[in-house]
Amino acid sequence: MRRAIGLLSLALVALSPWAPAQAQAPKEVVIGILYPLSGPVAQVGIDSVNAVKMAVEIINNGGSTLNLPLGKTAGLPGLGGAKIRLVIVDHQGKPDVGQAEAERLITQEKVHALYGAYFSSVTATASQVAERYGMPYLNAESSSPGLTERGFKWFFRTSPHDGHFSVAMFDFMKDLEKRRGVKIKTLGIMHEDTLFGVDSAKVQEELAKKYGYEVVIKMAYRAKTTSLDAEVGKLKAANPDVFLPTSYTSDAFIFVKTAKNLDYNPKMLMAQNAGWTDPSFLTEMGKDAEGHITRAPFALDMADKKPMIKPINELFKKLKDNPGGRDISDVPARAFTGFIVLADAINRAKSVNPEEIRKALAATNMPPEQLIMPWSGVKFDEKGQNTGVRAILQQVQKGKYATIYPFELAAADVVYPLTPWKDRK
Amino acid sequence: MTAEVLLQGIVSGLLMGFVYALIAAGLSLIFGLMEIVNFAHGEFLMLAMFSTYWAWALWRLDPVVSLPLTAAALFLLGFATYHGLIRWVLGAPMLAQIFATFGLAIFLRSAAQAIWGVDFHLVKDPLVQGRISLGGIFIGLPQLVASVGALLAFVFLNWFISRTETGLALQATAQDRQAASLMGINTERMFALGWGIGAACVGVAGALLTIFFYVFPDVGSTFALLAYVTVALGGFGNVPGTLVAGVVVGLIEVLGGLLIAPALKYVAVFVLYLLVVLWRPQGLFGRF
Repeated sequence: MRRAIGLLSLALVALSPWAPAQAQAPKEVVIGILYPLSGPVAQVGIDSVNAVKMAVEIINNGGSTLNLPLGKTAGLPGLGGAKIRLVIVDHQGKPDVGQAEAERLITQEKVHALYGAYFSSVTATASQVAERYGMPYLNAESSSPGLTERGFKWFFRTSPHDGHFSVAMFDFMKDLEKRRGVKIKTLGIMHEDTLFGVDSAKVQEELAKKYGYEVVIKMAYRAKTTSLDAEVGKLKAANPDVFLPTSYTSDAFIFVKTAKNLDYNPKMLMAQNAGWTDPSFLTEMGKDAEGHITRAPFALDMADKKPMIKPINELFKKLKDNPGGRDISDVPARAFTGFIVLADAINRAKSVNPEEIRKALAATNMPPEQLIMPWSGVKFDEKGQNTGVRAILQQVQKGKYATIYPFELAAADVVYPLTPWKDRK
Repeated sequence: MTAEVLLQGIVSGLLMGFVYALIAAGLSLIFGLMEIVNFAHGEFLMLAMFSTYWAWALWRLDPVVSLPLTAAALFLLGFATYHGLIRWVLGAPMLAQIFATFGLAIFLRSAAQAIWGVDFHLVKDPLVQGRISLGGIFIGLPQLVASVGALLAFVFLNWFISRTETGLALQATAQDRQAASLMGINTERMFALGWGIGAACVGVAGALLTIFFYVFPDVGSTFALLAYVTVALGGFGNVPGTLVAGVVVGLIEVLGGLLIAPALKYVAVFVLYLLVVLWRPQGLFGRF
C-alpha cells in the first residue's frame, strides 16, 4: 500500500507542472529538519536544531562578518535573496517515525531538501524515502560507516564515520612513534558487547593488522556490570603497550576506578569517545582521568587555530533556546557545518530543482577556512561521503580536554607514557 | 594466567561478595518474613547511594560519617513503604503484590531521573582511599572498608534476629503469623519493622558502595539482579545463608571472567544458580 502511494505520488510529482514554475527564483527555500526532540537523547536533538536555527539566522539576516560562504547579504544571493524556512519534526529516535515524517515532509510540506537525523538507524530509513523521491538529503552527524555504502545518489554526509575515527587513532600511534622515537608494539582491545563496541573492536583489529601492531588481548564485556576486576586482571596479565577501550559511561567509571585500585598501568589509554567524553566523566573522575586520550570530532580549544570557533560559540551561547548558555559541542557544531554546506549548495544551484541541488552538492568544494571543524574541507566522493573529514584526538591534561592530534591543530603536546598510579598525587 | 592474577581475582571477588551479601540480606529478610519479593530493592539501594552522595555534595559528610543517617533514612523509607503500600496488598493475589513493588521501582527510578538528571556522580576524595599491597596483591581500602562494614552489619543483623526478643518475635512471625499473633506478638508491627530493617541493610550497603562506586538513577538494577540470585542461592529467608551465597556470587563472577571470558562471567553466575535451583529448589541453606 505504502509503495503504491509512493509510486502514485512519484507519478504526480513527475507529471505536475512545478518544474517550469520554478524557473524564476522562489521567495523561500524550505528545508525539512529531522531530529530526536523527545526521549532520552532529546538534548542532543534540541542543541542541533538550535545550531541549525543559528545558521538560518546568519544566512537570512545578512550582514555577517564571519568567514562563511553565506550571510554577507540577506538570504541566498543565488536565488535573488530567497529566505530559508525550516520545517522541524521530531522523529523520537524511531526509524519508522523518521520514515513517515520524511515522506510527509516531501509530499505535504513540499520541502526542497531533507536534513538530519542524528541516529544512524533513522538516517537510514529517512534517506531511503528521499532516495525514492529523488530528494537531496544531507546528513551531518550519523557515524555508521554503512550509510554511504548503499550506492545512493541523493545522500550526502559531511561528518566522519566510525572508520575515520579509528584510522585517526592508528595514524596517531604511527606518527607518535616517528616523532618521539618510541616503540609501540602491542595493543589491548576491550569493548562493551553491543553493536557500538563490537563494530569498533572489529575495525580496530583490522587496522592493527594493517598498521603492523599485535593485538595481544581482545575481550568483550557487559557494559552493565557491577565490577570489572576480572577484566582488568586479564589486561594486567596480557600487558599491552596501548589500551583501546570502547565503553559507555558507567563502565568507563568502573574501569578507571578498578585500574587505579589494581594498579593497571598501560603506556597509553586511547578511548573511542562515548564514556570518555560524557560531560560528567571529567568532572567526576578528576585527576584519575589525567593523561587519557579519546577521539573527538570537535573541540573548543582549537579556537587558536580556527578563529571562527569563538564568535560562533558566542552566538550559540546567546541563543534564546539555549537558556543555560551551553557551549557549542560536538554534535551541534557538526549540525551547523552540515547545514551551511547544504545552504551553500542550494545557493550555487541557483534553483530549488532537486537535480540542480544534487549537482551543486556533488560539486561542493569548501575550503577549511570556512569551517569550524578540524577538516581539510568539504568535498564529496561518488558515494556522498565528505573526503575532507579528519577526527581529532584529545588528551585529558590538567583536568581539561586538550587537542593533541592532528599535530598541526594541537593545542598541547602529547603526554606519553601515561603516569603510573603510584607516581600520581 | 599467573597465580598472582588468580589470587588477586579471589581477593577482589571476596571483597565484592560481602557487599552483594549485605544487599541481598534485606531482600531475604523481607521475603522470609512475609513471602513478598521487593522488586524495588535495587531502587532502595539507589536512593541510599544518592542520599550518601548528597550528604557529601551538600554538607561534605563523608560516606562513612553519613552512614548511620542513610541507614536511618532507609529504615524510615522501608517502614513507610510497608504502611503506605505493602499493607494494602498483603491479602491480594501474588500478581498484585508483584506489581505493587514493581510499580514502586519504576516510580522511584523515574523520579530520581527527573529530579537529579541522568548524570553520573562520584564522591570525590573520600576519607577512605588508596590501597595496600600484599606481595603483589592489591587490596583497595574503600573495598576493604566496604566489605568489613558489610560483614559487621551482617554480624549485627544476625545477633539482632537470633538473640534479641524483638528478633525472636520477627522469626516467630516469619514461621507462623497466626501462632505469633496468638502469643501476643503484634505481627503488623513486626512486618513494618522487617521492612525497615531490610531497607536499612540496603542503606548500609549503599553507603558503603558509594565510597567507590558511581551514583546514577539506574545503578540499582544491576545489583538487584545479583541480589535476587544471591537470595535464591542462599535460601529464601535465611540470612546467614545469604552471606555464603553473596561470597559465592562474588567469587564466581570474578573467576568466571578470568577463566572463561569476561563477556560470560554472568553466565557462570546464572548457570550455578540454575544448577542449585534444580538440585535444591529451596537454595543452599533453605528451610523448606
